[in-house]
Amino acid sequence: MLQYAAIALMMIGLYGLLINRNVIKIILSLNVLEIGLNIFIISVGFKTGGIAPILTSQYDNSAVAFVDPLPQALVLTAIVIGVGTTALGLALAKNIYAKYGTFDLDEIKEGQV
Amino acid sequence: MKQILSLMLVTVLGLLIIVSLDGNPLYVDYGDAQAANRISTRFIRRDVNGGNQAVWFGVSEDLESGPANIVTAIVADYRSFDTLGEVTVLFVSSLGVALLLGTLTTKRMELEFHPNFMLRVGSRALFGIILMTGVYIILHGHLTPGGGFPGGTMIASSILLLYLSDDQFRTKVKSFKVLESIAGSLYVVLGLVGLFAFDYFLVNFLDNGVLGELFSAGIIPIVYVLIGLKVGSEISGIIDHFLTEEGA
Repeated sequence: MLQYAAIALMMIGLYGLLINRNVIKIILSLNVLEIGLNIFIISVGFKTGGIAPILTSQYDNSAVAFVDPLPQALVLTAIVIGVGTTALGLALAKNIYAKYGTFDLDEIKEGQV
Repeated sequence: MKQILSLMLVTVLGLLIIVSLDGNPLYVDYGDAQAANRISTRFIRRDVNGGNQAVWFGVSEDLESGPANIVTAIVADYRSFDTLGEVTVLFVSSLGVALLLGTLTTKRMELEFHPNFMLRVGSRALFGIILMTGVYIILHGHLTPGGGFPGGTMIASSILLLYLSDDQFRTKVKSFKVLESIAGSLYVVLGLVGLFAFDYFLVNFLDNGVLGELFSAGIIPIVYVLIGLKVGSEISGIIDHFLTEEGA
């Protein structure tokens, strides 16, 4: 069930990317899309009643029913790269605002003509 | 018009994804994933060649990969080269932010309010607690949830707290840059030592120790400390670039 919610989040993010003309809203939509994708990848490895994939004194051997650790490791990478792209996008948005005084891409075009 | 078209496109795409996943034998329902039938079981049993040994917390010694946290074993040991690339991406993005927003003379961006004494002192007290929690998370990355990336982000968040609660506060961006460069270079040097003195790039050449102890897992705690320092100083630098502007 969570997987359908994740797909819905991805589609909401894509819709936001398609209709928005505001730079900040575009970056936010990209983040929503990315969060949806991350939830989807994580949910592929989930097992009902599974234990977090860490050996502790309570769950102390490799025969315990862990959830799949590989999607979690991949998503850890994806989150960090998402932070990097968001920071770069926001820096570009700050420069656009400093130059044109607006975040709206349509207004920038009108101002140039 | 544009909204209706986009809505239709998005709905069709979402339905296509759901239809293509439905009934696909490789795609399991939510909550039915069997890690035992997947490649992940080799990471859990610490034997990529498919061996069937049992791993015990506090007992097993000198495994193929030593951390008790299996996600750390994948991120910082089996896929450590991938993590080096990830750190490089973060470095390039912080470099891009510095190029786009950096100016020769910077001054602190004005806040809308002037913080009073209580806010300044209280946030300084919280700063130490958040910083120490970040350091703890970095150092225990191979035993508990967390590691270099969350810990580094916590260190950066303590710097952000000081920036937001004090309108005079500035960090020394240059020392952050030095710290970041040293940590990143040491990570590569650690990998090259493995390549030339031992078998391959980023090989875990130290003793793995007993699984579950603080001093175990070979080079993984060292790698995570380096990653934590690098991520913390990079994100602090990004925060500083966003909160300064041109001016004397």
